[in-house]
Amino acid sequence: MKVRIKFEKSGIMRFIGHLDMMRYFQKAFRRSGIDIQYSQGFSPHQLISVAAPLGVGLTSTGEYMDIVMGECPSSKELVDRMNEQMVEGVRILSAVALPDNSKNAMSIVDTADYRISFRENMEPDFDLAEAIEKFMSQSEIMVTKKTKKSEKTMDIKPMIHTLREENGTCFMNVATGSTQNLKPEQVMETLYKFMDRSFDPFALCIHRCETYGANFTPLEKYGDVMM
Amino acid sequence: MRKLALSDDILLKIEKPARYLGNEYNAVYKDPASVDIRFAMCFPDVYEIGMSYLGIQIIYDMLNKREDVYCERLYSPWMDLDAVMRERNIPLFALESQDPVKNFDFLAMTLQYEMCYTNVLQILDLCQIPLKASERTLEHPFVIGGGPCAYNPEPLADFFDIFYIGEGETVYYELMDCYKAWKKRGGSREEFLKEAAKIPGLYVPSLYKVSYLSDGRIASFEPVEEGIPEKIKKQVVTDLSDTYYPSKPVVPFIKVTQDRVVLEIQRGCIRGCRFCQAGNVYRPNRERDLEFLKKYAHDMLISTGHEEISLSSLSSSDYSKLEELTTYLIEEFGKKMKVNISLPSLRIDAFSLDVMSQVQDVKKSSLTFAPEAGSQRMRDVINKGLTEEDIFSGAMEAFNGGWNRVKLYFMLGLPGETMEDIEGIAKLSNDIAALYYTIPKDKRPGARVDVVSSTSFFVPKPFTPFQWVAQNTTEEFREKQRFLSHKMKDQLNRKSMRYNWHDFDLTALEGFLARGDRKVGEVILRAYKKGCMFDSWSEYFYYDRWVEAMNEAGIDPAFYTGRVREYDEILPWDFIDAGVTKEFLWREYEQSQKELVTPNCRMQCSGCGCRVYEGGVCFEGEN
Repeated sequence: MKVRIKFEKSGIMRFIGHLDMMRYFQKAFRRSGIDIQYSQGFSPHQLISVAAPLGVGLTSTGEYMDIVMGECPSSKELVDRMNEQMVEGVRILSAVALPDNSKNAMSIVDTADYRISFRENMEPDFDLAEAIEKFMSQSEIMVTKKTKKSEKTMDIKPMIHTLREENGTCFMNVATGSTQNLKPEQVMETLYKFMDRSFDPFALCIHRCETYGANFTPLEKYGDVMM
Repeated sequence: MRKLALSDDILLKIEKPARYLGNEYNAVYKDPASVDIRFAMCFPDVYEIGMSYLGIQIIYDMLNKREDVYCERLYSPWMDLDAVMRERNIPLFALESQDPVKNFDFLAMTLQYEMCYTNVLQILDLCQIPLKASERTLEHPFVIGGGPCAYNPEPLADFFDIFYIGEGETVYYELMDCYKAWKKRGGSREEFLKEAAKIPGLYVPSLYKVSYLSDGRIASFEPVEEGIPEKIKKQVVTDLSDTYYPSKPVVPFIKVTQDRVVLEIQRGCIRGCRFCQAGNVYRPNRERDLEFLKKYAHDMLISTGHEEISLSSLSSSDYSKLEELTTYLIEEFGKKMKVNISLPSLRIDAFSLDVMSQVQDVKKSSLTFAPEAGSQRMRDVINKGLTEEDIFSGAMEAFNGGWNRVKLYFMLGLPGETMEDIEGIAKLSNDIAALYYTIPKDKRPGARVDVVSSTSFFVPKPFTPFQWVAQNTTEEFREKQRFLSHKMKDQLNRKSMRYNWHDFDLTALEGFLARGDRKVGEVILRAYKKGCMFDSWSEYFYYDRWVEAMNEAGIDPAFYTGRVREYDEILPWDFIDAGVTKEFLWREYEQSQKELVTPNCRMQCSGCGCRVYEGGVCFEGEN
C-alpha cells in the first residue's frame, strides 16, 4: 500500500541537502523496522518518492514523501515509530494511506506556501506592503532566466497566486512542481529589482509552510488516516 | 536548537556544511558541566575520511561510557573553511558541543598515514593551541597521538605531549584516572606528564633526550631522569571478544568513504609479509568469537540502519570461522533485511568466489589479486606466500564463475629487485589475460577480459624486516615505471591490459617521514608554514615546498631514505617495544636475502616475540 508521510525540517537540518535527507530517511526507515517495500533486482532500494525537493538553507513544515509499505500499523503508531528515529530538526507530522490508484506526490504537486522573513539588520528598506501592492498591480512580471545555452524571458505573474505582507514577513503561494516551478527567491529578487534595490539572497530566511496539489489541496488530504 | 560554531553565512557558503554540524544519529551529547574531562578525538583529514575509521568510533563509545568524560569528534576543516576560520579568527571546535577545543582537557589525534602530518599542525593551529608542546601551558589541552604512525613518533615529537603506543582500548581509562587525580591535586604540566609516562604504552617525548653522532645517526636515546621507562611497551587487547566495541556507531548525513557497518573480525595477521608494517605491529593475530561478531553485526545494523556491512581485517580468508560467519550474515541480513555484505581482503578461491557470487553482481564487480611482486623469487623475498599456480587457478575459477575483470596489485622498488622481476609483472598480467582466451568463445563471460595492473612504490617502514634497507630514489622509481610501461605494451594481450602507477614524489616524501627522527619535525613545521596541508590529496600536494623546507632546515632526505642501516645502528623508534623483536626482524631480513620463506603463525611459530602478550594465534589449541 502507498503511504504519504508529511514531515518538518528545521534548525540545523536546513543545511542538509535533499540527497542526504533521502539517505537519512532510508536509514531511519531501516532502523524503525517498519515494513517498507523494496524494488526488485540485484541492488534493491526502498520505494520512496519525494514531492518537491527543498533547497539547502530552507526550512519547512510541509514536506512530503510517498512510500510503499507491506504491513502497515496505524497512522499514529507509524508516526511515533518514525519519530523515535529522528534527529533534532526533523519531525514526522502525519502519515496517511493513499488510494491504490493515486499518483505519486511529485506528479501532483501544484503550488506551495512560503513565508519569507528577514535576517536581523537585513530587512528591506522600503514599505513591503506597499511595494507588493504595486508589484502585483503590474499586468505582467517579466523575468529573464539564464540557462547554460540561452536566455529566456517569461512572465511569472501567473505563477504567483498569493503574495502579501504579514507582520514584516512575506507570505506567498507560488507554482511548484514539475510543470511550472517558481522559486520564492526569484519572486523576492524580482520584487527588489522592481523597487530598484540591490538583492542579497542571504537576507532571506525561507520557510515552506505547506505543499499542495490542484485546487490548493494539501497533499496529506489525498489520503486517509489509518486507524 | 543546538548552537553552532559557524554562522549561517559561512555554512551556506562552504562545501558540504554537514561536515561541521554534528547532530548525526547516535552522536553522544552530554552536559559539559556534568563531566570532569572534556576530550576531543580527532582524525586529521576531511570528515568523509575520518568518519570512516572504526578506531575513533571505538574510543568515542568507550570514553563516553564513563560519566566523567565527554568525548567529542573533530576532523580537518576542508580548504574552503580553513581560509574562513583563519580570516575571521574562529577557533576550531568539536562537533557535538561546538565548543572550542582549546578549552578541552585532551586533544587526541589518530595518525593513520604519514601524509597527514601537516594536517596535524593545521588542527593545532586552527584550535589556537601552540604548535610546539614545549610552548603549551596549563590553559591548553594535552595533545595525544596514536595509531600506526605512532610506532615511529619521532618526526612529530615536538608537537605532541603524549604518544599512545598500541591499541586504544587498553590504557585510556588509566590515563583519565591519572588526570583527574592530578587535576584535584593541582600541579604543573610537567608533573602530569611524568605521571602519564609511567603508564605502560605512553610515551612522553619531552622526557627523553637524543644525542647524535657527527654523521647524523643517533648516538644515544634515553630518559632525562630516573623513573621514566627506557622502553615503551606496545599495549594490546588480549581477548578481543571481551572488550569495547560500539553497538551504536554514529551515522553520518553525507556519504562517507565507509558508508556502512564495519565489523572487525580479527586484528593482526598470521602471514608475516616482510614489507607490511600492519602485519608486524598488530601481532599477535587475535580473532573475535563468532558469537561476539554475530551480536555486534545485528546490533550495529539495527542501530544505524546502514544498508551494508563490511568485514574488516588484514586478511579475512585467514579468519578460522569465515565460512560460518559469512553464511550467517547472508542468511540473517542479506536475505531477510536486504543488507549488502562486503568482503574485502579475501583470497580468491572456490569458497570466496561462491560467497562473492551470492553477495554481489558478478557482471559489475572485479576481482582483486595482490601478488605484490611479479616473480616467484621476489615473492619469496617479501614472504608473500602466493604462487603463480594460486593466482592462475583463482583467476580460472573466477572466469568460469562469470567474472571478466581482474585487478592486480604490485609494488616496484622491493629490496633486491631486478629488471627481470619487474618484467615478471608484465608477463604475469599477460598470462592472466591469455588464460581467459583459453576458454572456448561461447563459454566466456564477455568478449574481452580486462586486466588492470597497478604498481605502488615500496616504502620501507619501521618494525618490518625491511626497516634497514634503502628506498629507491625517485629517479629509480621513474626508470622502473617506464621500463614496466614499455614491457606492458610489448605483451601479446596488451589490448586487454591496463597499467596504473602511483605518484613518485608522494612516495619519496612518505619514505622520508616514515623513518624520520626528531630532526624531521623542523621540516614538517616549515612545510606547513609554506602552506602544505592535505598532502595526500594530489590537488594540494606541493612537493617543491617540501624540498624548500628540507633545504632550509638543512636536512638531506637521502639520509633517511637512501641509506642501508647496520644492525647496531640505533633507529629512531628502537625505544618502542612493538612486540616483534629486533632479533626476529633481523632474522627475517636475512631470510629475505636468502630468498627463503617463513611459515605463517598457524603452521609454525617463528618466535617473533609477541607470545608475551598471552593471547591469540600463539595460544590456539591450548587452553
